[in-house]
Amino acid sequence: MLRYVIRRLLYAVLVLWLVSTLVFVFLHLSPTSVERTIGGPRASTETLEQIRRNLGLDKPVLVQYFSWLGHLLKGDLGQSYLNGTSVASIIANRLPTTLWLVAGAGVIWFIGGVASGVYSATHPRSGADRIITGTVLIGLSLPSFVMALVLLYVFSTKLGELGVHYFEAGPPLQEHFFQRMILPWIGLAFLMVATYTRLTRGSMLDVLGEDYIRTARSKGISERRVIYRHGLRSALTPVVTQFGIDIGALIGSTIVIERVFGLQGVGQLVYQSINLGDTPVIIGVTLMVTLFVVVANLIVDIGYSFLDPRVRLA
Amino acid sequence: MSSLSELEPEIVPTDVAERRVRGRSPLQLAWARFRDDKVALTFLVILVLIVVFAVLAPLWASWTDHPYSATFPKTGLDVNGQPVGPSKDFWLGADQLGRDVLVRAAYGARISLLVGIAAAAVASIVGVLVGTLAGYVGGWTDGFLARVMDITLALPYLLIAITLAVTFQVQSVAGSLTMTIAVIAFFSFAATGRIIRGQVMSIKQKEFIEAARSLGAGRGRIMIVDVLPNLVAQITVLASLLIPTSIVFESTLSFLGVGVRPPMPSWGAMLGEGSEVFQTAWWLLVVPAVLLLLTTLSFNLLGDAIRDAMDPRADRQSGGK
Amino acid sequence: MTRTGGNDVLVSAEGVFKHFPIRQGIVFKKEIARVHAVDGVDLTVRRGETLGIVGESGCGKSTLARCLAALHPVTRGRITFEGTDVTRMSSAGLKAFRRDVQMIFQDPYGSLNPRRRVGSIIGDPFAIHGLADGAERKSRVQELMELVGLNPEHYNRFPAEFSGGQRQRIGIARALALKPKLIICDEPVSALDVSIQAQVINLLKDLQNELGLTYVFIAHDLSVVRYVSDRVAVMYLGRVVENAAEAELYGGPRHPYAAALLSAASIADPDEAERAERIVLTGDVPSPIDPPSGCRFHPRCPKAQDRCVTDDPELVVREGDPADHLTACHFPVERGEHLAREHAGIAQVSTEPDLPEATP
Repeated sequence: MLRYVIRRLLYAVLVLWLVSTLVFVFLHLSPTSVERTIGGPRASTETLEQIRRNLGLDKPVLVQYFSWLGHLLKGDLGQSYLNGTSVASIIANRLPTTLWLVAGAGVIWFIGGVASGVYSATHPRSGADRIITGTVLIGLSLPSFVMALVLLYVFSTKLGELGVHYFEAGPPLQEHFFQRMILPWIGLAFLMVATYTRLTRGSMLDVLGEDYIRTARSKGISERRVIYRHGLRSALTPVVTQFGIDIGALIGSTIVIERVFGLQGVGQLVYQSINLGDTPVIIGVTLMVTLFVVVANLIVDIGYSFLDPRVRLA
Repeated sequence: MSSLSELEPEIVPTDVAERRVRGRSPLQLAWARFRDDKVALTFLVILVLIVVFAVLAPLWASWTDHPYSATFPKTGLDVNGQPVGPSKDFWLGADQLGRDVLVRAAYGARISLLVGIAAAAVASIVGVLVGTLAGYVGGWTDGFLARVMDITLALPYLLIAITLAVTFQVQSVAGSLTMTIAVIAFFSFAATGRIIRGQVMSIKQKEFIEAARSLGAGRGRIMIVDVLPNLVAQITVLASLLIPTSIVFESTLSFLGVGVRPPMPSWGAMLGEGSEVFQTAWWLLVVPAVLLLLTTLSFNLLGDAIRDAMDPRADRQSGGK
Repeated sequence: MTRTGGNDVLVSAEGVFKHFPIRQGIVFKKEIARVHAVDGVDLTVRRGETLGIVGESGCGKSTLARCLAALHPVTRGRITFEGTDVTRMSSAGLKAFRRDVQMIFQDPYGSLNPRRRVGSIIGDPFAIHGLADGAERKSRVQELMELVGLNPEHYNRFPAEFSGGQRQRIGIARALALKPKLIICDEPVSALDVSIQAQVINLLKDLQNELGLTYVFIAHDLSVVRYVSDRVAVMYLGRVVENAAEAELYGGPRHPYAAALLSAASIADPDEAERAERIVLTGDVPSPIDPPSGCRFHPRCPKAQDRCVTDDPELVVREGDPADHLTACHFPVERGEHLAREHAGIAQVSTEPDLPEATP
């Protein structure tokens, strides 16, 4: 067991290193020049040179790389090129918005997906099953930004009186928290509800076809009990597994929702940083997001291997 | 020889059912099942219409005399500078710069279909290649390729895609198209590759592979002649489902302004550029959104229908990405 | 079966070992154990004869077959075919070897590619070795189909359109395509219905007579092996424990394991069956990962003594046997000796009909 965990950990570190190096290399090939952003369009060549020197950009790429890697190993993500603030504090400032966004959406999609999935699996071929299956297909086909735009259009014009605000970037998160978050949550959750309905329905149908369910039925246990006590429990294992992975992965995909609804989370942060050429922030966010994915995978894998020892040998 | 033919009661072809299936390849059977799927056929027709709409884009432009990148501030915008709605001149209205939405949507359809199909094709080819190699050759090759696929799947793809797109800022339309296709293919091949790898590993255990080896067939021949034909159904389904995913990916990139370069219209870019004036000009939201939804929905439904047709026993449930 | 083979050795295995490593590790996997699938086998097959190999599942007979067909590289030992060492062959030599040695597989469903037409499956050997194509290949494939009793008009069908027995005929046709010298049959009939088994076995025998083939015939069904084989080798835990002419072995097995195996075989004559004693072995087959010391059979052998635990018996001619009857046992079974233990739950042949009891 310990060997397995060590192997997975080494692998996680390898992924983090590879991703950060990859991004580092990409950004150094980029023609976007941060000194131009800082100095403004009218800055003289000397000023630009000076800015480069100050940021250490005049040194060879390898020197920059190892200096950055050295800081990283000490837990230091570096400073923003633009205002010298530490990358860690910038991210810490933006992260709560994104985490709340993902967490709220997660609750919605998990409950929604499992409920509709179970319902449609236990009522196969019913009208509701057909409607659910059809909606799922639409959910899977619609890009999340389109869903978000539609929500925004419908609710901010027709229902504007409800007092929902979106484009205000300024106020702290606590203010009008639910009014501001509810549409982003739905927008982010919509696609995932579809995916989870499909997943739960399939898993549930598989489980209900198993012999032990038939045995339970033949013993005269009530259908309700068969489905919820015996069926749902094993049907949910793959769903929960997938949930763990998706929650991690979604941290990096909120960018679209954040842009549409004007939320100042890490998605917006990285989008803005990319356009400004603020390399340390981009790498910092990418690393953090990858960390979420890798950790989520790690937890799921290790948890799974506790439940199913065969996985360890694979 | 005569002694042999005497002990042959089981070879005589008498049975009627046998005659009915004679000579029908799995593909023919699949097509027969597909034809019975009414919903799938309906959406196939819709898809054909969208393709026709896209192919005839220059025709719409010359009929209306509205080239896709030309602005018409006089006819397309009203006195307050707001875009005009659907009318005799602008069938589907004009956008915030006074361009014809119908013509732009048709050109956008070209981009969506082109990027969707090209990216799905590249991703499928690479995925099948990598997956087959990893699954069949095994050993260090597999160790390496499987890790590459795992890592690709663990990447925060949207972030890196945007970084890539900004890094290699390509100004030409053709260049940005290639770039977009490459980025989408890069982040899509691994999912296909992983499934194919698993399939190949299970096919590799089959006795007919051993039989081919005992006949003296080399690795390359076995992979092409014996392994791949068994994956045709899988590959078709995976590829057909990759098309809508790629279209969604492209529209998202274009919406964020890092996909296909303006002035070439793309549905995602139309939605992004028009989002400021949706409140007054609903058609800027509705036209590209409906087209996008119809296209991806058709491909998804067709993919499902192909899967059902190719393997009637396969369950329809396996979760997407 | 008439035999004219003589002493011309076609294949021989000398001290063949095949171990499968079990690996574990973080980055560099180290070997923690090995499965001793084939663990020191010597045997020879003469031209034109049929060597049967019997044994329980997991005794290594299928692995041995794959080593003989050069599908598995051997861990140690030599396998010679017509005098050349197969285990050290160049790739060109191996390709020529593949023309001469063919295999027929156990599973008529798994051994034919379901996505290819029968004509292309049987034509595969010609395609691989570049021997015939186009119309010539088709006519040769159809000749082969006729030879094995298939309708040549079914050339364009898929394997799924055939029954198990017909599929096995397809496999046989494919094996015959290159006019091989040796065919290794790995349980060719065990997956078939009993009624079809006889047809396929008769086909194999007829083909042998017509084409002068040599067979290595692997099975766990002793009566099938008896029917086709000239010589029979009995395997236990990766070793050959007894190797003798068919009549010799079935008439008077010397190794206790062979005796037990034969006593468990079904006997067609009910009177004889009632008289026959059944030797019921106690315990399970030991793990091939860690085979027992000395004689591998000692933990289950009714005759085992101290010597059997320490000394590994050689496969040699035992006292009173002809020169080609080899037994690996320190205390071979004598004629008329009773091995069955009194207490063992020997299957009693009852003449009373089975009456249904209260259904569980």
